[in-house]
Amino acid sequence: MIDLSWMAWTWQTALFFAFIATLLIVMTIWEIRHPGGAPRRGILGIVTTRGDRLFISLLGSAFINLAWLGLAGPPLWGAVAICLIYALAVFRWV
Amino acid sequence: MNDKTLNQKGWLFVLPVVVLVAFNAVIPLMTVVNYSVQETFGDNLFFFEGVKWFQEVLHSERFHAALLRQLTFTGIILLIEIPLGVIIALAMPRKGFWVSVCLVLMALPLLIPWNVVGAMWNIFALPDIGLLGKTLNSLGLDYNFTRQPFSAWATLIAMDVWHWTSLVVLLAYAGLSSIPDAYYQAAKIDGASNWAVFRYIQLPKMNRVLTIAILLRFMDSFNIYTEPFVLTGGGPGNATTLLSIDLVKVALGQFDLGPAAAMSLIYFLIILLLSWIFYTVMSPKEGS
Repeated sequence: MIDLSWMAWTWQTALFFAFIATLLIVMTIWEIRHPGGAPRRGILGIVTTRGDRLFISLLGSAFINLAWLGLAGPPLWGAVAICLIYALAVFRWV
Repeated sequence: MNDKTLNQKGWLFVLPVVVLVAFNAVIPLMTVVNYSVQETFGDNLFFFEGVKWFQEVLHSERFHAALLRQLTFTGIILLIEIPLGVIIALAMPRKGFWVSVCLVLMALPLLIPWNVVGAMWNIFALPDIGLLGKTLNSLGLDYNFTRQPFSAWATLIAMDVWHWTSLVVLLAYAGLSSIPDAYYQAAKIDGASNWAVFRYIQLPKMNRVLTIAILLRFMDSFNIYTEPFVLTGGGPGNATTLLSIDLVKVALGQFDLGPAAAMSLIYFLIILLLSWIFYTVMSPKEGS
């Protein structure tokens, strides 16, 4: 067994990376079933594929969490709820 | 757009790069994420702290000041290097013996290691023995980059412009060289002015390489460490302590790995966001 203790794992960060990995796997399956990435021009006026929309969702979510942390402080459940709404909006309109 | 890709063998060729990136980028980045939620006192012992370090960094005046200095530095060098690079590229000859001479001269600063550039400029700008420093002082200017924040900033910016404008020149020159003569002939027949040729032929044709130039210079200048560290060490005081210098002070000087990791991630997210905005805004629109 490889010793990964130097990476200082915690179950919380492992869960976070597992979530990201799951997202990537789901996106891969989605792409295999419906190839082409479904490009479209949304409200930002730029052409985005569903991969772009995932990137915008994740990057935006990171900043939503940071803003919440800076302005309101922990816990971050409110920020997580906003992120989910934001991601849904991105996939629907961007 | 919806044609299914039948041949998936291409992925096998990409695999070595994926493995390489995983080992030199993804795994270290995951480790930084792990560090950012913990406290350590060495000996590989960690204590979970949650989002405490992120909150601390977000409220840190020291971080705000370093970020402001970093944004100022990057903004100034982009405003100077991109137009200057384009102007020099436009002035360079397109044919003949002088093309090679110009290209070699332009490439020279890029070949010098970063720490050597810092050391060179440090000696060059010393107020008592350096050529630049002594000349400026003999002209009656009060110049001392080791004591005056303004002098330190001016030297830092001059050094970066000297070191990196060449990159913009070479990229812009490559873009200009790819324009067929027919475009210029058509413009001449239409009686187009030099400005019109630049605005409607050269600039659109340089669009892609300029996007790359801006992105590279933005990311490099935002990550800059070695040159200012060797030149000023972040001083006088904290006047030229850019984000990366501050980060190294926190991580290695104070051995505060948790706050340093949180700071690194915020730093990384800012670069990612600004790079994406630059790329999205500057990429040529489809069909244009």
